[in-house]
Amino acid sequence: MTTSAESVAPQVVVPQKRRPFPTRGSWLRRQPTWVQVLFSIARGPMGAFGLGIVLIMALLALFAPVIAPYSPVAQHPGMELKPPGAQFWLGSDDLGRDLFSRILFGARVSFAVGIIATALGAAVGISTGLLSGYLGGWVDSVIMRIYDALLAFPGIIIGIAVISILGPSTLNVAYALAIGGMPFFARLMRSSVLSEREREYVYAARCIGAGNGRIMFRHVMPNTLAPLLVQLSLAMGFTVLAEAGLSFLGLGTQPPDPSWGTMLNDSRAYLREAPWFGLWPGVALTILLVALNFLSDALRDALDPHRANLR
Amino acid sequence: MVAFIIRRFLASVPVVFIATVVIFLGLRLLPGDPALVLAGQDATPETLAAIRAENGLDQPLPVQYLIWLNNVAHGNLGVSFFTKTPVGQLLQQRIPATLELGIAAMILSVVLGIPTGIVAAVRSRRMPDWLVSAFNGLAVAVPGFWLGILAILLFSLVLGWLPPGGRGDFFKDPIGELKFLLLPAVTLALPFAAGLSRLVKGTMLEVLNDDYVRTARAKGVDENGVVWHHALRNALVPVATILGLQFGRLLGGAVITESVFSWPGVGRLIRDSIGNRDYAVVQACLLLLVIVFVVINLLTDITYGVLDPRIRLSGGRSR
Repeated sequence: MTTSAESVAPQVVVPQKRRPFPTRGSWLRRQPTWVQVLFSIARGPMGAFGLGIVLIMALLALFAPVIAPYSPVAQHPGMELKPPGAQFWLGSDDLGRDLFSRILFGARVSFAVGIIATALGAAVGISTGLLSGYLGGWVDSVIMRIYDALLAFPGIIIGIAVISILGPSTLNVAYALAIGGMPFFARLMRSSVLSEREREYVYAARCIGAGNGRIMFRHVMPNTLAPLLVQLSLAMGFTVLAEAGLSFLGLGTQPPDPSWGTMLNDSRAYLREAPWFGLWPGVALTILLVALNFLSDALRDALDPHRANLR
Repeated sequence: MVAFIIRRFLASVPVVFIATVVIFLGLRLLPGDPALVLAGQDATPETLAAIRAENGLDQPLPVQYLIWLNNVAHGNLGVSFFTKTPVGQLLQQRIPATLELGIAAMILSVVLGIPTGIVAAVRSRRMPDWLVSAFNGLAVAVPGFWLGILAILLFSLVLGWLPPGGRGDFFKDPIGELKFLLLPAVTLALPFAAGLSRLVKGTMLEVLNDDYVRTARAKGVDENGVVWHHALRNALVPVATILGLQFGRLLGGAVITESVFSWPGVGRLIRDSIGNRDYAVVQACLLLLVIVFVVINLLTDITYGVLDPRIRLSGGRSR
């Protein structure tokens, strides 16, 4: 393509399809980055749907004790396996417990494990990845070999292995899934640090006498957060699914506490008499997973430097 | 090439070493005296001491680790303290079932995933592409064990076409066994088929924009020829290498699928053994999985090296 002298315009890149925050966006431009990112997610239909559903479910989980009509462990003798109706909105289970209440409280388990496991895995993975990429040498080799070994196995197998050692419980599931999530954060962090540490601002910081720790955490880390945010939302989705899977195997949340996975497992014996028992926990789980998928897609679009509409 | 294979092989040795140490220590540090488990609750101190000496339990931990490795290398995986059968024998019964399910699901995911991916790429941004994408999005998001429960509900309980669980014998009654196999294999295969389909679509789209495809069109090759002879061959190179890893992930997913459909495989054995605190069995199963995954990863790396000389020569890492 040839360019004549007149057409050499100033180097302004204007995204074609999605316009940057438009003419009236001056208010938004003054907001902190995270507000801008939130707005950017909520602009697309999928992002808005994902964000909305995740927020609604988080609120339902948070206020479960207020919203739930019954205690999730209260048994109502004589009311076993009732179909959905006025008394039990979504029906009752084999011990006469209200399914709606149990699903609300089950959401708490999903969110709790999702948040704890993701946060733990991210904290350890990010800091070791940072060390690995920044220091290099034998530290890098040792850390990455360990993560390579972990990456060789599917997350659910790591979960089963860790739980067979720690014993089944909700918290142990969170630990197990955190271990499974670490390598992904570490690899991502390491690769961005490898390119960041050669930047001028790192040399500048070193010149004015900043130590390794300060350079790593104050200077390099904030510049590598965008891809990590996307990985956070992906990890959250995977953890929620894996928690349900492990609880389904009886390795996670123990009875009588409600978890969607445990409920699905219990429902298998009553599929013929009470199909709704196995329906609702799966519906809840699927909705949350789809919403988290949409959210991470929207987040990736919002943070992708190629489509950056944020400055 | 030989040097590359040796290098990859040596690189997987530390993985196996770390994994065996973790498995050994993890289960040895659990509360509870293994000698007491072997001898029974009311054993005298003398019998306990004899059992400890016999099994090397009075030795320091590193020595115990070596004894355990030696036993494993000689095929002695211990005895299930729940069923009192040798663990090796238990595994022998279970492995064929898991392999059967894994291979069936693998075939299904290739049969479903590759053609849909090609169609979505060739008919990109048109109806077929949207249909495939919507289906894939759904298949990835719906949890497999729930899908399995729904499938049992519909095809076994409402329609009565297929058994809700269990396994027959393929060699005695192939048709009956296919009926047993159909639901678990489809449930296990769907998310993998969707992943494969997306991958094929991605690589096909890339390849279809390459220069040599334009050249082929320019010299008058008809569209079918372009897709089947020119584009597909090159698009399938990365897919072929992913398939190995996919098989490993399939075996991981099989643990849950086996539980949904009461399929008597290794996955159910692990689950039941953890429930029964049958540590010898858990240990052996985990060890088996470690070896299977390391071998799969090694083979995948080697395939990659064979197909793409750049990786072989840089000595490097395929992932």
